[in-house]
Amino acid sequence: MSAPIDLPKWADTALVPAVSVVAAFLVAGLVVVGIGESPLTATRLLLQGSLGTGEGLGFTLFYATNFIFTGLAVAVAYHAGLFNIGAEGQATLAGLGTALVLLNFSFLPGFLLIPLGILGAAAFGALWGAIPGYLQAKRGSHIVITTIMFNWLASVLIVYLLVNVLREPTNMNPETRAFPEQSQIPFVHEILAVFGIEVAPSQLNLTFFLALAAAYAIWLLIYRSRLGYAIRTVGSNPTAAVYAGISPARIIVIAMVLSGALAGGLAVNELMGYQHRLLLEFTSGYGFVGIAVALMGRAHPLGIILASLLFGILYQGGAELSFERPAITRDMVVVIGGIIILFAGALEGLFRRIVARVLTPAMRQARA
Amino acid sequence: MDVSVFGGLFDSSLRLSIPLLAACLAGLWSERSGVVDIGLEGKMLVAAFAAAAAAHASGSAWVGLLAGTGAAVAFALIHGFASISQRGNQIVSGVAINMLAVGLTAIVGNAWYGQGGRTPPLEGAARFDEIFLGHSAPVFLTLLAVPVTWFVLGKTRFGLRLRAVGENPAAVDTAGISVTGLRYAAVIICGVLCGLAGTYLSVGQSAGFLPNMTAGKGFIALAALIFAKWRAWPALFTCFLFGVLDAVAIRLQGVSLPGIGEVPVQAIQALPYLLTVILLAGVIGKAIPPRASGSPYVKER
Repeated sequence: MSAPIDLPKWADTALVPAVSVVAAFLVAGLVVVGIGESPLTATRLLLQGSLGTGEGLGFTLFYATNFIFTGLAVAVAYHAGLFNIGAEGQATLAGLGTALVLLNFSFLPGFLLIPLGILGAAAFGALWGAIPGYLQAKRGSHIVITTIMFNWLASVLIVYLLVNVLREPTNMNPETRAFPEQSQIPFVHEILAVFGIEVAPSQLNLTFFLALAAAYAIWLLIYRSRLGYAIRTVGSNPTAAVYAGISPARIIVIAMVLSGALAGGLAVNELMGYQHRLLLEFTSGYGFVGIAVALMGRAHPLGIILASLLFGILYQGGAELSFERPAITRDMVVVIGGIIILFAGALEGLFRRIVARVLTPAMRQARA
Repeated sequence: MDVSVFGGLFDSSLRLSIPLLAACLAGLWSERSGVVDIGLEGKMLVAAFAAAAAAHASGSAWVGLLAGTGAAVAFALIHGFASISQRGNQIVSGVAINMLAVGLTAIVGNAWYGQGGRTPPLEGAARFDEIFLGHSAPVFLTLLAVPVTWFVLGKTRFGLRLRAVGENPAAVDTAGISVTGLRYAAVIICGVLCGLAGTYLSVGQSAGFLPNMTAGKGFIALAALIFAKWRAWPALFTCFLFGVLDAVAIRLQGVSLPGIGEVPVQAIQALPYLLTVILLAGVIGKAIPPRASGSPYVKER
C-alpha cells in the first residue's frame, strides 16, 4: 500500500484536487442540512450573491485578491519544503510597514507614494518571514512553531502600537489616521468610469491586477528560473541540493523572504486599496485560508488563482447568504476551508487511492 | 505586598494555568508517541462548546465534561485517522482541525441559540462548584493528571512502549507491538485531556461558551510543552509560570510601577511566545522533540 500510486498527470493535477473539493462541499452540505437549512437554496443564494450582480462580482474579485497573495505566500514556502503558517502575522507586519511609509511620506506625489507603500508592505512582511526562515536554516528551530509564535507576537505588537503609539489622541478606535489621499489605490469602478463605462461600485481595486502579475512572476520564478529550480530541489531533496552545490540554508531564507513579501500583498489590497488606514485584525483569517488555497491549487500559480476565485465566491456569496439565511453565518467559509485543508491536504493519499481504484480498471480497458 | 494580595494572585494564576496545563499534557501524550499536534486549540474549543451546550441541556456540569471530552476525542480521532492511518501531513491536519473548530462552534452555536454563537449562561449545578480551597473539580483532575502522566509514561510498560514509538517506531514494530495501536491510544488520551481543558474554560472558569474563547491558549500550551521539553513535571511549572504572567498582566493594566512607569500589558502577553522562540533557537538551552515526531510510520520498506 505504501508503493507510490501512479496516476496520469491530468488526474494528478486536476482530478484528485477536484474530487477532494467536491467531497468537501458534500460534507459542508451536510452541515447546512444539520442546522436545518437547504443546501440547494444555500448554493443558489451563494452563487447569486457572488456572481449574479456586477457589485457581487467586484467583491468576489476583491476577496480573491487577498487569497491569491496569501495562497502564493504559502506556495512559495511549500516549494522549498517549508510550511509557512505565518502569513497572517507577516501580513499584519506588512500593514504596519505600509502605514509607516504612507503616514511619514505623505508629502510625496501618488506615483511615488503608492509604489513606496507597496514596498513598505513587502519589506515588513519579508522581515517577519525572514526571521523564522533564518532560525530554521541556521538554528534548526522548527518553522511551523516559530511562525505560529510570530503570528501571536505580531498581533500583540500591533495592538500595543495602535493603542499606545499610532492612534490619534482624539480617536477612540485603535486605528491610525487616514492615509493621504494620493496614496489610495484607485477602485476599478472609478477607473472604468473615466472611460465612460458604468459598473456598480465595489471594493475591487487595481491591486487585483498586481496579484495576477505576482502570480505570473511566481510562475516564472518557480518553473522557469535558476532560483526556482534551486527552491524546488531544496524542497524535494535537500541532500541532493547540497550535492548540486545549492545551499539549503540560503534558499530557505530566500523562500521565506519571498513568502513574507507576498503575504504583504494582503495589506496592500485591504489597507491601500480599501480601508485607507491601519486598523486591528484586518487580516481576519485570510492567511490561514491561504493554506487551503495553496493546497487546493497544488502550489501552482494557476491553480492558486482558480482556488482563490472559488474562495472569493464563498466569501462574497457567504456574506449575501448570511443576510438572507441568518443561520448560515460566514463562519461556513471557515468550515469549508477547514474541510478542504483536511481533504486536499492531510487526506490527499486517501483520495489518490480512491481515484486510482476507479481509474486503473478503466485505463486497462482502454489499453486492451 | 500583603498576604491576601499574594494569595489572590496565586489563586488566579492557578485558575489561568489549568487550561494550559491540561492542553499541554494532552500535547505531551500525542507528541511523545510521535504525532505532532498543533490542533490543541481547536480540540479545546469544540470541547468548550460541547461541554457548555450539554451542561445547559442537562443542568449538570459532569454531563458537560462527558460531552466536552467526547467532542475533543472525536476531533482527536480525525487527526489520528489522517496522520496515523492515512499517513497524511500532521501539521496540515492540525491546521484543518483548528479551522473546523472555529467555524463549526460558531455556526452550530448560532443555529441553536441565536445569540451570536454564545451558549445561554450556565448556573447552579450546570457549573463546577468550588469543592476545596476555592477551586473546582477540574482543577484537581488536571493537577492529578501530572503525576499520573509522569508515572504512566515513565514507569509502566505501556508508557515505555509509547515513548519508544515516538523515538524509534521501527524497533517497536520489530518487537511485535502495534505502532498504530499505541499512537491511537496516545491520540485518544490527548483528546480526553483537551476535553478537560475546554470544559474547564466554559463550565468551570466562565459560565458558558463564547465564540473563539480559547483565544490562543492551545498555542501557549504548545509553547509550554516545548519549554517543558516534553516532560510532565516541568510542564506543571511552565504552565503555572505562564499562568502567573497572565494574572500579573491583568493586574498591571493601567498601574504605574515606581521607577519603571506603566508596563504595557502586551509586553507581558508576548513573553511566552518570545521565550519559546528564543528557546527553540537554542540561545538558552536546547529543546529537542521526540525523534520520530511528525513522521508517519511506514511498515514495509
